[in-house]
Amino acid sequence: MSPPGGLLDPRQLLSSLPDAAKKLNPLTLWRNPVMFIVEIGAVATTVLAILEPSFFAWAITAWLWLTALFANLAEAVAEGRGKAQAASLRAAKRDTTARMHESEAVINAADLRPGDLVVVEAGEIIPGDGDIVEGIASVDESAITGESAPVIRESGGDRSAVTGGTKVLSDRIVVRITQKPGESFIDRMIALVEGADRQKTPNEIALNILLAALTLIFLVATVTMQPMAIYAKRVNPGVPDSLALTADGVSGVVLISLLVCLIPTTIGALLSAIGIAGMDRLVQRNVLALSGRAVEAAGDVSTLLLDKTGTITLGNRQAAAFVPATGVSPDELAAAAQLASLADDTPEGRSIVVFAKEGFGLRERKITGAHWAPFTAQTRMSGVDVPDRQIRKGAASAVMSWVRQHGGHPGEQIKELVDGISASGGTPLVVGERVGGTSRVLGVIHLKDVVKQGMRERFAEMRRMGIRTIMITGDNPLTAKAIADEAGVDDFLAEATPEDKLKLIKKEQEGGRLVAMTGDGTNDAPALAQADVGVAMNTGTSAAKEAGNMVDLDSNPTKLIEIVEIGKQLLITRGALTTFSIANDIAKYFAIIPAIFAAVYPGLDALNVMRLASPQSAILAAVIFNAIIIVLLIPLALRGVRYRPSSAADLLARNLYRYGLGGVVAPFVGIKIIDLFVQHLPGIS
Amino acid sequence: MLVLASLVVALVLVHRPLGDYMYRVYTGPPGRERALYRLLGVRPDTEQPWPVYARAVLAFALVSVLVVYGLQRLQNWLILSLGFDAVPAPVAWNTAISFVTNTNWQSYAGENTMGHLVQMSALAVQNFVSAAVGMAVAVALVRGFTRRGSDTVGNFWADLIRGTVRILLPIAFVGALILAAAGVVQNFTAPHEVATIAGGTQHLTGGPIAGQEAIKELGTNGGGFYNTNSAHPFENPGPGTNWFEIFLLLLIPFSFPRTFGRMVGQPRQGHAIVAVMATLALLSVILTNVFELSGDATVPHAVGAAMEGKEVRFGVSDSATFAAATTLTSTGATNSAHDSFTPLGGMMTLLNMMLGEVAPGGTGSGLYGMLILAILTVFIAGLMVGRTPEYLGKRISAREIKLASLYFLVTPVLVLTGTGLAMANRSGLAAMHNTGPHGFSEILYAFTSAANNNGSAFAGITADTPWYEVALGLCMAFGRFLPIIFVLALAGSLAAQKPVPASAGTLPTHRPQFVGMVVGITVILVALTFLPALALGPLAEGIH
Repeated sequence: MSPPGGLLDPRQLLSSLPDAAKKLNPLTLWRNPVMFIVEIGAVATTVLAILEPSFFAWAITAWLWLTALFANLAEAVAEGRGKAQAASLRAAKRDTTARMHESEAVINAADLRPGDLVVVEAGEIIPGDGDIVEGIASVDESAITGESAPVIRESGGDRSAVTGGTKVLSDRIVVRITQKPGESFIDRMIALVEGADRQKTPNEIALNILLAALTLIFLVATVTMQPMAIYAKRVNPGVPDSLALTADGVSGVVLISLLVCLIPTTIGALLSAIGIAGMDRLVQRNVLALSGRAVEAAGDVSTLLLDKTGTITLGNRQAAAFVPATGVSPDELAAAAQLASLADDTPEGRSIVVFAKEGFGLRERKITGAHWAPFTAQTRMSGVDVPDRQIRKGAASAVMSWVRQHGGHPGEQIKELVDGISASGGTPLVVGERVGGTSRVLGVIHLKDVVKQGMRERFAEMRRMGIRTIMITGDNPLTAKAIADEAGVDDFLAEATPEDKLKLIKKEQEGGRLVAMTGDGTNDAPALAQADVGVAMNTGTSAAKEAGNMVDLDSNPTKLIEIVEIGKQLLITRGALTTFSIANDIAKYFAIIPAIFAAVYPGLDALNVMRLASPQSAILAAVIFNAIIIVLLIPLALRGVRYRPSSAADLLARNLYRYGLGGVVAPFVGIKIIDLFVQHLPGIS
Repeated sequence: MLVLASLVVALVLVHRPLGDYMYRVYTGPPGRERALYRLLGVRPDTEQPWPVYARAVLAFALVSVLVVYGLQRLQNWLILSLGFDAVPAPVAWNTAISFVTNTNWQSYAGENTMGHLVQMSALAVQNFVSAAVGMAVAVALVRGFTRRGSDTVGNFWADLIRGTVRILLPIAFVGALILAAAGVVQNFTAPHEVATIAGGTQHLTGGPIAGQEAIKELGTNGGGFYNTNSAHPFENPGPGTNWFEIFLLLLIPFSFPRTFGRMVGQPRQGHAIVAVMATLALLSVILTNVFELSGDATVPHAVGAAMEGKEVRFGVSDSATFAAATTLTSTGATNSAHDSFTPLGGMMTLLNMMLGEVAPGGTGSGLYGMLILAILTVFIAGLMVGRTPEYLGKRISAREIKLASLYFLVTPVLVLTGTGLAMANRSGLAAMHNTGPHGFSEILYAFTSAANNNGSAFAGITADTPWYEVALGLCMAFGRFLPIIFVLALAGSLAAQKPVPASAGTLPTHRPQFVGMVVGITVILVALTFLPALALGPLAEGIH
């Protein structure tokens, strides 16, 4: 629903600049210890540059401010992508009024309390989240889902939830409000996409601690270098003062430059942008994560509970074969089956018509004088009566007794066929006919669940990622096993009740596994709440949405797999940029240490492996590289490191090579190139 | 190189049975030490939560410091004093801390300061128990990995006694016999007075040396009976004893990962840890040898190798290997003057300690230090597999990374702050005998050695001034016990967790890939932390 847009669209960067500048406020920046140190450094160099102006000091000062600004820019760009979406959501939340049930009093929607009953009629906006207690209506939910086709909402059952801000298109419903004021689904969505109440996730907190520790170490390393440097200068009295090193030690500007280059600014700058972008990637797939923690947990999931219907198989059973009885030709059976199903508008019935057409070239016919016998729970079969002929299809026992009633003798063979199909996980439908006085069984239709295309490969992928897939179904174990085998899931839970699901989740968690599942019904709520990642379908009840920690607006259960991948991608991006950031430091040392000390200890010039032009150009180049790399990596932080499902060892090898080794090499090249430019500036070489 | 190769072979052969034996000692039922438990009222089955375990470690350390300090200060009143006076307060404090922390930094000359009683009942006892404390803490950390949902990490008193009685004592006993047989002095006599060729007289102080020598190396202590330590012919008569001493000091640190692997039920995890240690150690030993043999300095150039400060009976290579081994473990025994090494050779000994004494490090402390590095590696690089990092099934989340970071912070902060203060302070500078980068290296070495509990010295500074006694004493104490507290807290938080079962999505921590990663992260973190200091010391001196 939000256009992904260019990742490093210069206009986007430019439009985020004011926001980035606002974030320089130390009161907000201190939350990010690494960038806070950079800002303090920038302030200090500004003061030093004013006291002792030089082109070099001002150049460093400018780039230190830019470093801090670039870090904020990353965050601002990430947030900006959610802003547009928030604006369209706000439009949906325009001031609505609510008409109370019975009293018909009109009050402001913001004053609604949980438990209030409101009436909504065609053309009105639903004033708040709740469940329909009376009536049925078609509702336009495009404000939230971006899907323009209206959906049906009705009281009772699993489609009773309505969302505030959506519009009733027809009929009249009575809604019981379930939200507290200001905590509606739309409110939460707005806060979420804007990143307003973004809490740091557990892994982000841990990473922040590590970054703070590294910052502290480098702070100690640079500060304690000062007395060592003073000593070094004193024992070499013949060496003239340089811009970097005088009898008072290393100049403040240079010392601060070294510190800023060493502390992990790259990951420090991009860390929160990575988190926001991760949520954003979910939003782009129409999934709302109600907590950042859940996104991270998705990466850790080791067990996926997948509902069979709709996730693993296409919604309904389909005709897969016509098995004729002895003495009946397949075409004969197909024709009878099709004829009996022409008026049957259940998905199974339609699939029989289609299968007969595609497999036997039988076109649909218009027949006159036909009398349709609809399916009832008593007869357990349906069919058609045409002049001289009656055809019935349905449950094996029902059709066979119907045949017997009319004098036919279904043989042992039919029973064997029926049992065979059942055993293979299919559903047998027996077709019988009565012509004149005789009746007989024509054969059996094999209905089976059709596994969605590509699922087998998907599950194999999951296995390589170390994730176990468990199919949940209400089918009997025999049928369940057949489908599980066909789909290639690792395990299945047959004849599953909500309690069974909850028990299964608890058992998995007991073993230390993290469990993800989808659900929509109210009876799924306990399991959704128990699961580490519970994705509620937007079509589901508000109880389910309340219990889960993610909502899929498209109500597509297969998306669980994508959610797991997004979670992994988030963690990988963090790890890759951390590794890159630390690996960068090596080159910066090789630039700055000889720049400061080669004057007193000429041998140290051997460390200047990049052959940088002058001490000033070396330091400036390192500082510039340090700032620019942030901007260059913003797209990667927002897009995330490319993730291809594979084993941990393979993933690690690839990323280690790219971001570890790349992180060591890139700055050597980058600093050298920048040096080639800055050495021509006045006062630098 | 023959020495190196034979050491590798010997350790490969021995680490398995010894590691397995230590595994049985720490996890099996009580053996001979049962009587000692009864005597001391220790109930080995009483499990302690980590704070209790940590308090026990600290209480034991405090009592130990008081006893060692007291015995030194009261020496002149006690028997076997050999007529020496009471040890001055600053020296006594420094020595007490030094031996209790397994550092064994010696700001005094043993043969002229300590009588037999202090040497044996204070210093030698600490040689055993301070090593056993390190092993106990390491075992507690490993229990953190093995336990699920538990709030205890073991019983310190039982671990201390088992380690001392069933591991250190028997091996040290055999070691002492071998050393004595090979010519190391072991007697109880008063000093001999001998006439020298030049016509003067010389005191020859003998003593129970072989016994102390064995545990000095085995417990990675390093405190010599004599000032010149293992360079003294009574402590280390020849190449044979030299080889054996190196072997002894590497023995337990290289065998402990096997114990770890057995305890976590996956010996291959132990192999990975030992591989990290061995890779770092081999690199270091070879580089030290290269720098010393190529002798990159004026005089060494003239004579072909850096022989200055080395015993002729050992030669350059044996001295370089001993120096690398003693600094790679937290032993700190020396058979040559590290101060006289070539600048880059000397830098290797510094770097070895700066690694945090993990390759293979001290008894126990090497293992827990290396496990902390493994945890940091898992966290930094492990994120790249797209899961919350976990090591041996335990999640590395905020609390674990906080403790691991704190552990990692302690020694660099102590070393750099100490060195910085010394360079900025009149008392610090006044003690220097050399100026320039070499003088600076000597100070850096002193603080690196103290904070990492190594105990070897570059010398070249007057270390028995009150300022250094106190500063280095504080470095030793904080450098030992702060990390121990963090390790035990980590053990507690790991033990409380339920393990996550391994799957294809789990970062494998037993493959060469992981070994390379730990080596890389260790080297990079250490290099980044200490490069400025090294640049102003050995690098400034050594690169021309």
